[in-house]
Amino acid sequence: MSSADAVAAVLWVGVTLYAVFGGADFGSGFWALIAGGGDRGSRARALIDWAIGPVWEANHVWLIFMLVTLWTAFPEAFSSITSTLFIPLSLAALGIVLRGAGFAFHRVARRRGGRRLAEAAFGVASVLTPFFMGTVVGAVASGRVPIGNAEGDPVTSWLNGVSLLLGALFVAAGAYLAAVFLVSDARRFGDQQLVAYFTRRALAAAFVAGALAIAGIFVLHDDARYLYDGLTSEGLPLVLLSLVCGLGALVLLWRGVARGVRPLAVAAVVAVIWGWGAAQYPYLLPETLTIEQGAGASETLTAVLVVFGIAVVVVLPALALLFVLDQRSLLEEEAPTE
Amino acid sequence: MAFTLGFHIVLACIGVGFPAIILVANYLGLRRNDPVALELAQRWSKVAAVTFVVGAITGTVLSFEMGLLWPEFMRRFGDVFGLPFALEGIFFFTEAIFIAIYIFGWKRLSPWPHFWTGVPVAIAGIGGAWSVVAANSWMNQPDGFKLNADGTVTDVSPLDAFFNGAVAYEAPHMILAAYLVTGFLVASVYAVGMLRGRRDRHHRLGLLIPLTVAVIVTPIQFAVGDTAARSIAKDQPIKFAAMECVQTTDTHVTEYIGGRCTSDGVKGGIGIPGLDSWLVGFSTDTEVIGLDSVPPEDRPPANTLLHWAFDAMVGICSVLILLGLWLGISWWRKRDIPKTPWFLRAVAVSGAAAIVALECGWIVTEVGRQPWIVYEVMRTEDAVTEASGIWVSLSIVIVLYTALGISTVLVLRAMARRWREAEDVDVPYGPRPPTQEPPEAPA
Repeated sequence: MSSADAVAAVLWVGVTLYAVFGGADFGSGFWALIAGGGDRGSRARALIDWAIGPVWEANHVWLIFMLVTLWTAFPEAFSSITSTLFIPLSLAALGIVLRGAGFAFHRVARRRGGRRLAEAAFGVASVLTPFFMGTVVGAVASGRVPIGNAEGDPVTSWLNGVSLLLGALFVAAGAYLAAVFLVSDARRFGDQQLVAYFTRRALAAAFVAGALAIAGIFVLHDDARYLYDGLTSEGLPLVLLSLVCGLGALVLLWRGVARGVRPLAVAAVVAVIWGWGAAQYPYLLPETLTIEQGAGASETLTAVLVVFGIAVVVVLPALALLFVLDQRSLLEEEAPTE
Repeated sequence: MAFTLGFHIVLACIGVGFPAIILVANYLGLRRNDPVALELAQRWSKVAAVTFVVGAITGTVLSFEMGLLWPEFMRRFGDVFGLPFALEGIFFFTEAIFIAIYIFGWKRLSPWPHFWTGVPVAIAGIGGAWSVVAANSWMNQPDGFKLNADGTVTDVSPLDAFFNGAVAYEAPHMILAAYLVTGFLVASVYAVGMLRGRRDRHHRLGLLIPLTVAVIVTPIQFAVGDTAARSIAKDQPIKFAAMECVQTTDTHVTEYIGGRCTSDGVKGGIGIPGLDSWLVGFSTDTEVIGLDSVPPEDRPPANTLLHWAFDAMVGICSVLILLGLWLGISWWRKRDIPKTPWFLRAVAVSGAAAIVALECGWIVTEVGRQPWIVYEVMRTEDAVTEASGIWVSLSIVIVLYTALGISTVLVLRAMARRWREAEDVDVPYGPRPPTQEPPEAPA
């Protein structure tokens, strides 16, 4: 494996972690948005606050990690993607601002109006941000990003079947992961009603995500042939693994089994992401720019790998500490019912 | 980009400087069994939670903008100066993790372990600031690569790029600025409270802790800044010439304070003959390179603005040193802050003044480098995106950030009001759940 491949793998680890943790985070925002008013809605929202409060910021650092790795190791791909996809990326950035500000402010806003506004910003942005990120991924995956400064079409590059489908799929997958996590959180909090509430939602989201994935097979077949061929050859084992894990998680959810749902749901998402990676290999931008062609200076690649090594040693234990403390309910300001 | 950076820089400073000040309060509170200091630390950490979020999202926007606005810059040099950002990523990650533990750990963690979870936040803040400034100072004094005749970049050495010539003074200057700005800013909030008649111990400590940090840092900052200016005169002479309105290369150059820069020299302003040369080389015989040494298209724009920004920064820093001396003398003689309301009024405006100085310093280093994005290597106009719609997005950004700034202030004010109305909503380190061991040090 060349060092460019190694860095691409590092980048992919970042993509995976962001998809799982960031995705679940966006999904929680989705459920908060549609929880509605009334007693049950506000209890659901309180649980979401309680669940993601301490961890949501760390979840989004993965995005910065991805961006930085991409521009440091693959500057050509980075600048081509960001200049052609100026519009959806700007909208995603807008969403990140609204979401973060909304979440931070709604906890401390004093007036009901301000709180409502902040909650709405958080909820709406939680849907729009992953959607636009999905359209960006769709543009890259379907080979609509040519090399150069804004060489691709500014609009049709991300407003097309593949992009729209992936946008919707990102939202659905995030909602699914979030619901699965929230089932555990509700159980940890000892609220059986909310356990049932989020179990139903997890099942619904799983069916929607599954339907979108099946629709995706046809869309990719017509519009992103390179990726389709990859997913049905090199990537096939991982796609099947994802299918098995996804179905397994569904069965466990259906039966109300507590253990094993989260790992299986996460595995389903991880497997499909690595299947996509395998399908797109060796291209950064399918059929225009390979990993080797797009790689920056070899000294820099080495430096990125070293920095990643440091990150594994420094950040992972800290992150583990955060999640352990969080799961043991040692990190909280107030009980979620208040 | 300039607008979003100018916004982010304030929040980043608070993110770097505030944790240390909070930890000082936390430490004093634990050591001296002082519930007021602990309460301050806890409330400040909640404020920091909000400012940290806003800093984090504006920082994320910046990393988007690197590509959205400067794709050519990133294409050519992304692999040269990307390493500092990768390191900053690690620091930021550490910061985000531990700040979450610290903020959410007030109730259930034991006092001293909880204190120690805050320490990595302060350290990571310093490391992160160093890394980000390393990237900026690389733009000022690029290093760690070679250019071929056709302009392609070869012989990349990310370490040389990281340890470029300017980082040794730029990074400390920025980190000290963070402590200075945060210290005066937090102190100014309590000064306003005291001017409104709230003279309790809570306000006194809330004023004294950050103010002490700030007044210790200010003279050091002045010395570091002075060194920085001398290095700039040597390594980026055109920027220096623009800062000081030096039109022609000469010895015995006059130092002007204020005034309007024109092509025939400074109009108005106070001139001190020979001082500029002396400041650069400790002798009036020192030659100072003037703007005429490069063709007009290589000179920075808005010369008067630059000159004023530089003077304002130095001026504000000097006044803040005097403020520190005032406090120091009063404390030495009476163990108290100066009695006169004028002292509190001065502290009340010091926060805003420090922010003005911060923005001025940033204008000097960024506008002073123009027309280059990478000093003498790449022009800003060659780095920019060809995507249409930048003006639309700029307008949206300005509206959005204005709203963001206003709501941040409103939210923080609302928090303060709530704390004043309900005194005992949260008590640090208690009440603790019965299943836990009793706290080591009752607070």
